[in-house]
Order: sequence, then C-alpha cells, then structure tokens
Amino acid sequence: MVEDIVYINSDAGVHARPAMMLVRTAMKYPCEVFFIKDDVEANAKSIMGVLALAITKGSKLIIRAHGGNEEEAVHELVSLIQNDFKEEDKIKV
Amino acid sequence: MDKKKLYIRNLTDGTTDINLQLELLAGEKGLDKEICVGDVNRPGLSLAGFFDFFAFSRIQLFGLGETAYMRNISDKQMKEMLETFFSYDILCCVFTHDVKPNQIFIELANAKNIPTFVSRYSTTRFISLWTHAVEQYFAQEMTIHGSLVDVFGVGVLLLGKSGVGKSECALELIEKGHRLVADDVVEIQKIDELFLFGTAAEIIRHHMEIRGLGIINVREIYGIGSVRNRKRIDIIVMLEEWDETKEYDRLGLDELKYTILDIDLSYITVPVRPGRNIPILIETAALNHRLKKMGTNSARELDLKIKDIVSKE
Repeated sequence: MVEDIVYINSDAGVHARPAMMLVRTAMKYPCEVFFIKDDVEANAKSIMGVLALAITKGSKLIIRAHGGNEEEAVHELVSLIQNDFKEEDKIKV
Repeated sequence: MDKKKLYIRNLTDGTTDINLQLELLAGEKGLDKEICVGDVNRPGLSLAGFFDFFAFSRIQLFGLGETAYMRNISDKQMKEMLETFFSYDILCCVFTHDVKPNQIFIELANAKNIPTFVSRYSTTRFISLWTHAVEQYFAQEMTIHGSLVDVFGVGVLLLGKSGVGKSECALELIEKGHRLVADDVVEIQKIDELFLFGTAAEIIRHHMEIRGLGIINVREIYGIGSVRNRKRIDIIVMLEEWDETKEYDRLGLDELKYTILDIDLSYITVPVRPGRNIPILIETAALNHRLKKMGTNSARELDLKIKDIVSKE
C-alpha cells in the first residue's frame, strides 16, 4: 500500500472537470485507489465518488493505493493536483 | 473513524439535527460536558433521599411529579436535598412541560455548574424524542461503493467492481419504474442495531454517471417518482463477471449472508455476461425476497414436494 498527502490549491476546488481528470488518471492503473478527506473515503475511479467528497481549496487529501503500479498511480495523482490540474498532454475530445 | 462526540452545548447551538425545544436556565459553565449515554433518569427517588443506584451520569428529567414534590417541601428541606443531589457529578437537568424550577434550584445549579434546561415538551414525548435523537446521532456509519435501488419496496444494494455495470443496471431498473436512492456512493447508517439505511451524499443526490452519457440528473429526467432519499437495505446483489470456473447457485436452498456494520443481509451473486438481462433478474430476486418474508420459500417448497414424491417408492 502506498499513501501520500496533498493539499488542494486551485481556487475553484475539485469540480466536475478536475474530478474527471483525477478519475481518468486513476483508471490508467490496475491498482485500487482511494481519496480520503475528513475520514470519508471515496473510490478514485468513480466520478460521483470524487464529486461527493466536495473537495474545496485548502482541503487535505490522502491518496491511498494498493495493487499493481500503486507507486506510479499515487505519484501521478499527486503531481496532477500539485500542478493545479494542468495536464501537459491534453486529451482531445 | 473516531466515535462521534456529543456535548451538552450541541443540544442548543444548532450544530446538530437535534431539536428538543430547550431553553437554558442555569449552569452555563457546565455546557462542555460530554453526553455518553442516551438513557434518561427520572430523579424522583433521589429527591426523596434514596440515592442507591442513582444514575447521575444520565440526563435528569424533572416532570410534573418531581416539580410538584419540590413545591411541597420547605425551602430548608429543598436546600438540604439539593446539596446532596448536586454533590453527584450530574450531567444536566431538564424540566418538561415548560415548568421552570424555583430560584433555589437555579442558584445551586449555577453554583455547581450543572446545565439546567426547560423544555416545552411533555415528559414522555421528551424521552422518545431524546432517545431517538441520540440513537440517530451515535448510529454507526460508513460509505460503500455501490448503488441502492428500491425495487418493489425492497432495498437492493448493488455491489461489484468498477465497470461491471452497476449504474447501467440501476438505470434500467429506474426506467422500469423503480426508484434510485444512491448511485456509486451509498452512505449507510445502522439504526437500532437492527437495520441498515442507505442514502446518497447530499451533494450528488439523484445524479448518476453513465459511461458514454456523462452525468445525468435522474430526478429531472424520470421525474419525482423515480427517486427516494432514504431506504432500508434488504438484500445485497453482487454483480460479477461470469467466471467459467466458478459454481453459481442453482437451487437457492441455502441463504447466503453478507455482513455490513455487523448486520447480516441476504446476499446473492449474479454473474454478468452479454445477453443476460440483469435488471429482470434483480426484479425477480426482490420479489422472491418479499415472497420469503411473507412465508413462502419457493426452492424449499419444491424440494419438500419432490422429497415427498421420491420417498414413496
């Protein structure tokens, strides 16, 4: 199991788009990933789960993963949050 | 998760859903005491001088009987009695029927920092409201990844891995006229050590995420009849990818149990594979559950009938 703590910096908090980016990132890895905020745990691969956490600016978020590629998953999620959800390779829709 | 704490202060400061119509009369300094039990004590016997088994750590409820008794004793007796009464570490006192205690009581309660309230409710009403409120407040809670649907009045909790089709299945059930309680995130609360109630997180209530469609508002699309806020959980349906090597239940004679917060619930596993109509299986499972609850176990009854026939040889 790998765990890391990260603080949300973006002013708008985690609304639908950032939530989708987190879920998309988590989905890339086979491991189970959870976000924990104020003792409430949410599946990081579920949009509704992430939205339900109501993550605001300044929230402390614990990212926990266990299973395949857990290291990389936590690392990529942490850097995504630390970069205020600015992805280098934007997915074209 | 740490156990929730409840302080006397919380009864009147509006931080909880508890509303007992309380008005603070004395003992403001004692408001930070913690409420540990939801039981109440009627202090009649203690007021009369009998202190064996005095449950001082509970809320002390002064009804019409107690206040009448205190009116009928002299001020001197009252003082002596209250000196002994307040020498215990009393949690707090509540006077019901909107009958306020006299000045002697208020002064001593202030001196000993015993929070004293008056409530508009009658004693019996207060006890039931209090017990219910505290029980609800201390109810064990957890969140689970799944979908909760009310199917023919049976609370069906769909579980299974991400992507197995829980939400699609829930959507099809809604389309058939059943009601969505929560999708993806189900908040579960244990009530009375007997039942589990599920509800959605407030912020995402009645919304679903369907792959390919995105986020939809079920209440807006299917109408108010397609949703409900809270439902008792009756059965668990585990959806899983069809596994050739696994034996699935073919008889339904043995009832499997799934335990959440120490409560056992009927549990069935439904293997998913293309072409299988899962919602209709779930509807049937819900109806079968109702049938069992009403005293008819189809599998067992057929088995008995067959046993009867085959044993006649």
